Amino acid sequence: MVLYSLTFYLFSSVAILSALMVISAKNPVHSVLFLILSFVNASGLFVLLGAEFLAMILVVVYVGAVAVLFLFVVMMLDINFIKLREGFLQYLPFGALLGIVLVIELGILFLTDRSSNIYNNQTSLQPIVNEVENTKMIGQILYTEYFYLFQICGIILLVAMIGSITLTLRDKGGVKRQNIDSQNTVDASTAIEKKKVKIGEGI
Amino acid sequence: MITLEHYLFLGAIIFTLGVLGIFLNKKNLIIILMSIELILLSVNINFITFSAYINDISGQIFAMLTLTVAAAEAAIGLAILVVFFRNLGSIEVNKINKLKG
Repeated sequence: MVLYSLTFYLFSSVAILSALMVISAKNPVHSVLFLILSFVNASGLFVLLGAEFLAMILVVVYVGAVAVLFLFVVMMLDINFIKLREGFLQYLPFGALLGIVLVIELGILFLTDRSSNIYNNQTSLQPIVNEVENTKMIGQILYTEYFYLFQICGIILLVAMIGSITLTLRDKGGVKRQNIDSQNTVDASTAIEKKKVKIGEGI
Repeated sequence: MITLEHYLFLGAIIFTLGVLGIFLNKKNLIIILMSIELILLSVNINFITFSAYINDISGQIFAMLTLTVAAAEAAIGLAILVVFFRNLGSIEVNKINKLKG
């Protein structure tokens, strides 16, 4: 139990600190790297909660795909980031006030006595322990009860893929391409052109 | 002992940091997109916490849906950012006024 608490505090404190660094780092590359750290720690917390499959998916999708995408964009574009930081300190006092108020309000919400606790009265969070492992449980419910949701996920990803391709695709002028159709329909009447050339002049 | 409130507080703090990131980095579109990712991460933490709390696996399915939407949103957002940078040579948010909205 003590080990569980210690692990929770370790993962959550590192996650919060790295989230803080994401929004306050001067260099956006550092921001992306701290974002990765935050996601890895969150996936550790997911393992603590007994959601191993989602923890692994979080590492694969976020760290492996999304964060690398961010890293590519940050590194490829030549952006003057110092100019973009103007106004950071100007908004800091008001922003900090806003954040503190938001956290306090949410805390009051969580700490009020939940007399209408309809689920259970357990005070401690323990992972779901069954004879079936987590991945199998997700598979059993995902492909049956939530099958439409699963397919909608696929359509969302397809739309996102097509959308981002069409957004960034650009047609450069002056590129010579093969026109296979016109190549295949060539015959003698179109391929050969007869011209009468006068002697001593050329074309 | 770690209770539900601990995880909810963690989610609340990460959510607030995400909102704060949007607020403070008003000009930098990349940091704003990263802050949105942080917000979606806090949503995921809440989903999975409640999934463990009420002993129901459905929360994890919805967390997966959030993950999908987050990935799609990041891809499209970055594509828009690249197009925007190509056209204007800058990613300042206050310069995005072509539509005159």
